[in-house]
Amino acid sequence: MNTAGPLSSQLVNLLAALLLLLAFSMLAQRRVLSLIRLFSWQGAALAASTLIVAYFTGQAQLYFSAALTLVLKVILIPWLLHRLIDRLDVRWDVETLINIPTTMLVGIGLCIFAFALATPISEMASTVTRSTLGIALASVLLSFLMMIVRRKAVPQVIGFLAMENGLFFAATSATYGMPLVVELGIALDVLVGTFIFGIFFFHIREQFDSLDIRHMENLRED
Amino acid sequence: MELALVLGVPLLGALLMAGFGHRAWAPEANAMMSLATLAAAALLTCRVIADGPFTAFNEQVFVDPFNVFLAALTAFVAFTTALFSRPYMRTEEHHKRVNSARLRLYHSMYQLFTFTMLLTLLSNNVGLLWVAMEAATLSTVLLVSLYRTPASLEAAWKYFILCSVGIAQALFGTILLYFAAEKVLGPGGNALLWTHLHAVRGELEPTVLSLAFVFLLVGYGTKVGLVPLHNWLPDAHAEGPTPISAVLSGLLLNVALYAVVRSKVLVDGALERNFSGSLMMGFGLLSVVVAVFFLSRQRDIKRMFAYSSVEHMGIMTFAFGMGGPVAAFAGLLHMTVHSLTKSAIFFAVGHASQACGTQDMGSIRGLIQTSPTIGWGLALGTVAILGMPPFGVFTSEFMVLTTAMREQAWATPFLLVALGVAFAAIFGKVQPMVFGEPGVQRLTHGPALIPVFVHLAIVLLLGLYMPPYLVDWYRQAAAFIG
Repeated sequence: MNTAGPLSSQLVNLLAALLLLLAFSMLAQRRVLSLIRLFSWQGAALAASTLIVAYFTGQAQLYFSAALTLVLKVILIPWLLHRLIDRLDVRWDVETLINIPTTMLVGIGLCIFAFALATPISEMASTVTRSTLGIALASVLLSFLMMIVRRKAVPQVIGFLAMENGLFFAATSATYGMPLVVELGIALDVLVGTFIFGIFFFHIREQFDSLDIRHMENLRED
Repeated sequence: MELALVLGVPLLGALLMAGFGHRAWAPEANAMMSLATLAAAALLTCRVIADGPFTAFNEQVFVDPFNVFLAALTAFVAFTTALFSRPYMRTEEHHKRVNSARLRLYHSMYQLFTFTMLLTLLSNNVGLLWVAMEAATLSTVLLVSLYRTPASLEAAWKYFILCSVGIAQALFGTILLYFAAEKVLGPGGNALLWTHLHAVRGELEPTVLSLAFVFLLVGYGTKVGLVPLHNWLPDAHAEGPTPISAVLSGLLLNVALYAVVRSKVLVDGALERNFSGSLMMGFGLLSVVVAVFFLSRQRDIKRMFAYSSVEHMGIMTFAFGMGGPVAAFAGLLHMTVHSLTKSAIFFAVGHASQACGTQDMGSIRGLIQTSPTIGWGLALGTVAILGMPPFGVFTSEFMVLTTAMREQAWATPFLLVALGVAFAAIFGKVQPMVFGEPGVQRLTHGPALIPVFVHLAIVLLLGLYMPPYLVDWYRQAAAFIG
């Protein structure tokens, strides 16, 4: 199984590093439009790495997976988000709960944690791309952090989608991708989820005249 | 064949209702579709009893005593809830809380929700199980926000975000599981099939599997409503339409717990020490204790019973965590009786809050005088859920407690105190609602109370006498997971 040369693993490692870098820059980004652009770049990096793994290992289904990622994460979902933002006419800057340098420091802590967690597992991996499992876990956790520190609804959704990117990367890097039927199902869920998010945005705006999540903190225990 | 029917009928129903769900006859059609699903599930059950477990559709779907029992329960409660939903949604329409477009959405998503739950239960592919579980979340999100009030939107948003994040953790767990399985079974579709995984569970890599279980427990545990991941649950129950509260509490939580138990069986095979069991006992006990202390602080009746669901899911998680045939038997029985009782309570609560025009417990008074059947339904349901004999909840809680005394003695005081606190809190609040001075209007559409009493009668029956074939059935399932 392990026939791919060092070139492929170098390339995948490069893209993995890019993915992590993009996750960090999303964490630091204040503007929504740039956030969407970063998100589509992340999707592109994911598609490219899947393609490389597919080419060097000859797993036909990974080509599908790469194409699916390209269509969904680089074209369709960013386009939907752009349209949504145009229709809602919200191009505001993103407010964060804690300031960005602190967030970055927490992010670095999360990375270290992720690598510590992934090391014993990575050592058992037989795939060419095993060293990337830590990066995948780190980008999942960074997206999680982004969802926690953002006040507005759209960045939260982008955080959620970026988390899905990290998970897909984990699937390709550690295991050569899940079986195709599962991957199709996941893609469908992500797409439907995005649509529902879109519908939600309109409802929320209708009710609250804003997409600020702060308005939605009335339900709590007294 | 039966499998195709069980899954096909609700899917067809969802399509049909997407087109005609706003018609005057839609509520009846909805109930008919659910009845057809129930009939198919009954046929499937008969076949499993006769022929034993089997797989179908290229091994993607499988049936064994454990999941067929839950599928039958799901189909049954989905049917009775559809019956309850007829007058309930008509009254809501009469009060102008929903319009015809939303009714169409409601009926279509109701069927789709049934489909996704049944698919989750019957799926043999743990990846597909994840997909179906996520689809179950997506199909109910728009139902929680059906009234489009600020509070309901907030509840739905919380539900959506928390459950999506939770379920993303479960996906990571599934990926890790695949990662471990691929080494033994080789790459490809087989490595995610539960039956294959189960066959080789002793050879799976223990470190990977224990990490995978943590992610799976956190992920699916969010949907079970385990503390501290339970935040979405009371809001979603309180703000959505009551039939949805009933199926969320009675069915979805069970289905999520089913996914956790399935993962536990795999992990237990690979690990020597009782790692998964300890985690589940810890989470379960924490849920029980935290939930009961929230009970007395509630003012909204549906919120209070939502917290009661957290408590009961905690008891089940604890029981499955203890493991062993008796505890697993008790867990399964508790799943059944809780699902039936809690949905019956929500039916009664739905009619009561419609009759009083509020969900505020301070304003609901004297149900027994103005509408005795609703009052009795609520009173009996409450007595049943609090674990009073001779109802079935008593039997299962008694079994959990006695097993805990023998095997996990440290946990018994917590459980006993929690049950006592829950009793004081809920009984103290329900008693004036049922027996106080009345202030209730008449409902525009006669309430559907047959489901309430049918459910309670079954729970009573299970408490007094369990038919031998049912005991056999539970035993088989318990041996399978214990």
